[in-house]
Amino acid sequence: MSVAGLKRTPLHGRHVALGARMVPFAGWEMPVQYDGVIPEHLAVRRDRGVFDVSHMGQFHVEGPRQTELLQNLLSNDLSRLADGEAQYTLLTNDSGGIVDDLIAYRLGPFHTLLVVNAGNREAAYSWLEEREISGTEVRDASDEYALLAVQGPTALSSLGLGEGPAFTHAMGAVFGVEVMVCRTGYTGEQGVELMCPAEDAVELWDAIVATGTTPCGLGARDTLRLEVCYPLHGNDITGETDAISAGLGWTCALDKEFTGVAELRRIKEDGPASKLVAFVMDEKAVPRQGMPIVGGGTVTSGTHSPMLDVGIGMGYVPSDVSSPGTELVVDVRGKPKQAHVVKKPIYVKEES
Amino acid sequence: MASAETYPEDLKYHPEHDWARIEGDEAVLGITWWAQDALGELVHFEAPAIGDTAVKDEAYGEVESVKAVSDVISPLSGEILEVNEKAIEEPESINDDPYGEGWLVRIRLSDPTELNDLLDVEAYRAVVAEQ
Repeated sequence: MSVAGLKRTPLHGRHVALGARMVPFAGWEMPVQYDGVIPEHLAVRRDRGVFDVSHMGQFHVEGPRQTELLQNLLSNDLSRLADGEAQYTLLTNDSGGIVDDLIAYRLGPFHTLLVVNAGNREAAYSWLEEREISGTEVRDASDEYALLAVQGPTALSSLGLGEGPAFTHAMGAVFGVEVMVCRTGYTGEQGVELMCPAEDAVELWDAIVATGTTPCGLGARDTLRLEVCYPLHGNDITGETDAISAGLGWTCALDKEFTGVAELRRIKEDGPASKLVAFVMDEKAVPRQGMPIVGGGTVTSGTHSPMLDVGIGMGYVPSDVSSPGTELVVDVRGKPKQAHVVKKPIYVKEES
Repeated sequence: MASAETYPEDLKYHPEHDWARIEGDEAVLGITWWAQDALGELVHFEAPAIGDTAVKDEAYGEVESVKAVSDVISPLSGEILEVNEKAIEEPESINDDPYGEGWLVRIRLSDPTELNDLLDVEAYRAVVAEQ
């Protein structure tokens, strides 16, 4: 099935050959699952899986004043990074809302790589480009790269990589393909994201799959990230929600100046009116994005947890009912279903 | 992986991908192989209560996968006599065996003439082929 007007990653043919169910996602035709969301999810928790995330955007920000530009636009403190380090950070708007959440990789004193969400590629790029200062250049290089996430307890050994600190990166070769090895991910497991030139993607994918790594789609990517409470932009965080209410205050260096910082300082000072909480269903039901939470609040993400075998979700609730243990009622298509707030993350890996 | 694609010849079908096994003045209902395959691994069956009334062409319950929820349409009208607890406790049994262990409810038919509206297996296969 070909879907008109949708972009395809360099691995599209591989996904179709594997029998993936392809769906539109953020303007891309992407695999939502191959054999099934649950077996793919379990493969990542117990062994390893590989995800094609080439739809994500890559921007190069370069020039002698690039740090100054990014310090003014991103919430986290980029000056804490050394070459080879990376940081989760937010692109904020004037009211402290979140234009995008992204990872900044410091390549050098005059060069940062930003990896942004596919759905926000245009918005984030225009935001940055419109604010360029002399001595900086922002370039959208998304189409030049493929990005493969290899995640799970056996991910590193399968790639011949040793352990390394999270949020670092280095150039290297994996199965003979030159890649940027990024020690980042969206699953809560050990693993890496491998960035390579688009034309090498098939060779890298084939070599990874040949080691017995399970191909995983966006379905498992979503259930994995929600179990560990990583927010999804567009669901849990948006241009209308702020980092403090979302529990992302740790990504905001409120002692420096950046877009929307005054508003974020005020929210921090006054305390947020609502908070993004994680919850687990006490009754058999699957919460979904947009469902009302009785007494004020909305589910922003929901699914069935393959590890816990119950409905789980995140949503904004009034701060006075946001502490772990508080009972919530989710309106599931007109039926009230009991849930309770839990500490994040929802799923904690057992130490082996 | 779940079961192989099958559509038993002894069942009656509804074009919304539901089946009925007629047993005298009662019928056992479920969803077809095509329906469970389209939804993916099921994680929840929201069942009706015993004594509720199922109405032909209307929803009597919901089946839900990790990614999607779908109404279950009743191919026939009647009173709910029994619900399959196994389908509630282990919804994956609907994927594994949609016409056997994964049946959903048993009803007492209130209007046996409705049987004339249902599809035989050949007619239902034609519906599937158009999807």
